[in-house]
Amino acid sequence: MYIYDNYDQKMIDERVEQYRDQTQRFLAGDLPAEEFQHLRLRNGLYIQRLAPMLRVNVPYGMLSSKQLRKLAHVARFFDKGYGHFTTRQNMQYNWPKLEEVPDILAELASVEMHAIQSSGNCIRNTTSDQYAGVAVDEIEDSRAYAELIRQWSTFHPEFNWLPRKFKIAVTGCREDRAAVQVHDIGVRLVEKDGKVGLQILAGGGLGRTPVLGSVIKEYLDKEHMLTYIEAILRVYNRYGRRDNKYKARIKILVRAMTAEVFAEKVEEEWLSIKDGPGTLTEAEIQRAKSFFTRPAYKALPEGSDALNDALKQNFAFKAWMTHNVKPHQETGYAIVNLALKETGVAPGDVTDEQMEVIADLADTYSFGELRVTHEQNVTLADVEQASLFNLWKTLCEHGLATPNLGLLTDIICCPGGDYCSLANAKSLPVADAIQRRFDDLDYLHDLGDLDINISGCMNACGHHHVGNIGILGVDKKGQEFYQVSIGGSAAANSSLAKILGPSFAQAEIPEVVGKLVDVYVNNRVEEEFFIDTYNRIGIAPFKSSVYAEKA
Amino acid sequence: MTSIIKDKAIIDSPYTIQSVDDADVSVANTILPLSVYLQNESELAKRNDVGVWLSADDEIEQLTGKLDQLALVALDFPSFGDGRAYSNANILRRKLAYTGEVRAIGDVRRDQLEQMLRCGFDAFQLADGQDIEACAANMKTFSFNYQTSIDRPEPLFRSR
Repeated sequence: MYIYDNYDQKMIDERVEQYRDQTQRFLAGDLPAEEFQHLRLRNGLYIQRLAPMLRVNVPYGMLSSKQLRKLAHVARFFDKGYGHFTTRQNMQYNWPKLEEVPDILAELASVEMHAIQSSGNCIRNTTSDQYAGVAVDEIEDSRAYAELIRQWSTFHPEFNWLPRKFKIAVTGCREDRAAVQVHDIGVRLVEKDGKVGLQILAGGGLGRTPVLGSVIKEYLDKEHMLTYIEAILRVYNRYGRRDNKYKARIKILVRAMTAEVFAEKVEEEWLSIKDGPGTLTEAEIQRAKSFFTRPAYKALPEGSDALNDALKQNFAFKAWMTHNVKPHQETGYAIVNLALKETGVAPGDVTDEQMEVIADLADTYSFGELRVTHEQNVTLADVEQASLFNLWKTLCEHGLATPNLGLLTDIICCPGGDYCSLANAKSLPVADAIQRRFDDLDYLHDLGDLDINISGCMNACGHHHVGNIGILGVDKKGQEFYQVSIGGSAAANSSLAKILGPSFAQAEIPEVVGKLVDVYVNNRVEEEFFIDTYNRIGIAPFKSSVYAEKA
Repeated sequence: MTSIIKDKAIIDSPYTIQSVDDADVSVANTILPLSVYLQNESELAKRNDVGVWLSADDEIEQLTGKLDQLALVALDFPSFGDGRAYSNANILRRKLAYTGEVRAIGDVRRDQLEQMLRCGFDAFQLADGQDIEACAANMKTFSFNYQTSIDRPEPLFRSR
């Protein structure tokens, strides 16, 4: 993991004091509310429907057990005993007090954490692949590059007042678990002539107008990463629309200019700073990489008799192994996904006690480190295969072993109208109702991989456009309704979902999902997943089944 | 006279900013809108008491080749949330290699002065209601910066 030096620490400590001063000036009436709003947003503090919400960055999803214990402490002493992992690998608290936020930030700074630029029209937390460094399909570990971008973007003086929020994602793997195609900038580590460099995408995004990003630079040597990104940001800062917040994202600019013209404009700007002082040095790249070395793995055999016996004897363990455990680069090790999606609990919610349990498990089983995923789960990346059965038993005791990773009930969901002031409709009760409708685990496993994504409004925090089944809360004359779309995918060949038809009342949604699943089951051939069947037979059979009886 | 912050000190500036609608080019010590300046360039270029101000919509590259004849360049912040002038200042200093005064005008507020300084502004005409003493005393929060900037081109990683 990246470890702060005196420079990093000094900067976040100074930021805590700067924010404390801003809060005090606001409370004393010296800073107008409309100005303080923008300043607090740049520190992750929203004023929500019920209370403020504080979004804490988890850079590219990496956490140490020590940091997670601090997050648990904050949940216990400053909030109501729980936090919420988001689809962008962050942690949100729903009940902090505005006047206590500076103290929370000081607590976080003591473990090298912060909320800098976690909201507002600026460069947000850089995200990455949750399996970076352990994935079997990896070209190169992306975390060093994500960290370099994190540092470069932190307090960037020129790009703190952009037309709109700006999100950068990095992946070093063949499968795209970082969703680089739906980010404002996507960075892919790619191999060319035996050398690893970067491919740069721009203009992807979800929200009101979902667009997949375009490749604007096929291949770039690594030392140019920051100057090239700077050039993109400068073009966007100058020419992105500021008259309409719904048209202000870079995707609208890229589309208006065309990707070719946008790329030319960026190239021209980049040539004026290329090889300048912002160019990364080999020493700096190596310094960043030195924090993400392989831990002290033991020489272990692949699998074991004990593991095979446990798999034979215990169906529940086997189901969990099939869905929540992934292959590891290192022989004898495994990647374990903890599921925060137990029915009856809001997706991504985690209590202070669960956080402490997970921190202890990370210490016992995974070198004291863990990762937060886009799917709002937690990953222990380096578990010895021989320990899997014991780990599973402990997870079961704490409600963290729901074997539903990637399945229908592993729903990705924003906080929605229960908490968020932007939302048109609630999203958590919809997720809960679907989880209750599909409570038969055998059936779920038979259905296989099926992503459901729910967003409470057009801002698409639940990434409904890339769900195999996407559900969007809409406002119809003051009533909460839900628009259903199908066929989206967040996999390497991302696709955007198509709207099925007129929207539904909340109570109808579990049945609608049921009908969609039935159409899939009746039409699937061999080992097809929902998305494969959809791609083969198209939207029409789904449409006619769902709307047939309504007519 | 207008009180401004220049090179971190409070000073009186003799320059007055004129708007597009009723600009009078004969006024001494004045900052004219870019369009007015360009219309009267041949006459104004001979004077040494004329500056120009650019709106956030104006292309900063229009000043190419004209900088020697300007007393100062002012860049307007139409609102504190509009960040285009930061990029304009960067280009003015870096690409156009301008070394004279770059003044921030418009909705210029205390908590953004450090960012402006780092992008190449060296003079600040504050928005109404700002406490100029407090602003001048609180221009700098951070001891280090990660990235390259106009005021400190060497990024932190080159000295780590």
